Amino acid sequence: MEVPVIEFHLDTGSGVSPYMQLVRQVRHALRLDLLRVGEQLPTVKDVVARLAINPNTVLKAYRELERDGLVAPRPGVGTFVTRTLADESLTAHGPLRTDLERWLAKARLAGLDDESIEALFMTTFRSAREEDIA
Amino acid sequence: MTAVIQARGLGKKYGQRWALSECTLDIPAGRVVGLVGPNGAGKTTLLNLAVGQMQPTAGSIEVLGGRPASGPEQLAKVGYVAQDAPTYAGLSVGEHLRLGARLNPRWDDAVARERIGRLGLEPGHRAGKLSGGQRAQLALTLGIAKRPELLILDEPVAALDPLARREFLQGLMEAVAEHSLSVVLSSHLVSDLERTCDYLIVLVESRVQVAGDVDDLLATHHRLTGPRKDTLPQDQHVVSESHTDRQSTYVVRTDGRIHDPAWTVGQLGLEDLVLAYMTPAPSRPTLEAIR
Repeated sequence: MEVPVIEFHLDTGSGVSPYMQLVRQVRHALRLDLLRVGEQLPTVKDVVARLAINPNTVLKAYRELERDGLVAPRPGVGTFVTRTLADESLTAHGPLRTDLERWLAKARLAGLDDESIEALFMTTFRSAREEDIA
Repeated sequence: MTAVIQARGLGKKYGQRWALSECTLDIPAGRVVGLVGPNGAGKTTLLNLAVGQMQPTAGSIEVLGGRPASGPEQLAKVGYVAQDAPTYAGLSVGEHLRLGARLNPRWDDAVARERIGRLGLEPGHRAGKLSGGQRAQLALTLGIAKRPELLILDEPVAALDPLARREFLQGLMEAVAEHSLSVVLSSHLVSDLERTCDYLIVLVESRVQVAGDVDDLLATHHRLTGPRKDTLPQDQHVVSESHTDRQSTYVVRTDGRIHDPAWTVGQLGLEDLVLAYMTPAPSRPTLEAIR
């Protein structure tokens, strides 16, 4: 049997349901290229034994990832990655980060503290997203 | 889907006092069900009725389609680990397994031996000399190796330290994954149930306050805060409310969306949700599970 590439963890105080935390951790690993096509997710039994969580929670998370076309089960073996989220966008990360660092420096120069920067980013992010939806 | 526990107007009276009243439930199979409520709410009474150690005063209960403890076949289908993980202090670990094998027609000796080995329990040790965590694990091993379709556990982790608690729940969840077992476990601590249960029943003062799929419950309950308002739309069922002169805070249950822009709408964690039902509110009707 293959050694699983990622390990899950749970943050109980976060208010995010456990199954959604698992889904996000897989998507995150796919986006960062930590998980690649053909690689195996931890088996349901492994996750259950490690985190002391309900197997239905793990199954629900894996089914959602399957619906999104990211993974596929091989009966009797496990669940495997069929699509990655890393693609071209990963190469764009570098230049975008440089832009963001420049912007952060400007914000600090203008006298914004960490909290104000975060608030400004989140409100801009949200209003931009709402415009996209509308 | 068949119900593992189906109760209709179930009630139990001790002398003049109703320990459980008007309990109507349909618990689907294949779930890990958490039964929460303060001490004395009627949790143990409900579980004792489900395993047939008690007879109802009113209404009826069916477990896996049969009357509790109605015969050998029914007894073989339901496992019960009562409060404080009962074991025989004078018997050794190995003797417990032999007893389990004698008393249970579907006994799975391989599972029992494998678990005992993995837990590092010596077959020669007397149960009375084991730690609380080890004793609980021994009781769980008997419950699992019986190979029931439904395993019922009454406050299984209440007396355990955090590490033993985690190890116990790991063992239980592994058994659920391996043997597709339905489980009902009670606790007065929501934190024990948060990771393990996918179905929740809140029992307060002998009545079921709410029962349903955990994700459904989380999706349909909201905390509303805003300027003082004394009434809410019809479709928003008030679970709890508190007011100051200017401000109102509600916990509501609704299938619809909250449209009123005056409210700040917040999500509830499982713990807050249960607490909202535990806070006494005048004349709250009993809710049934929504599917």
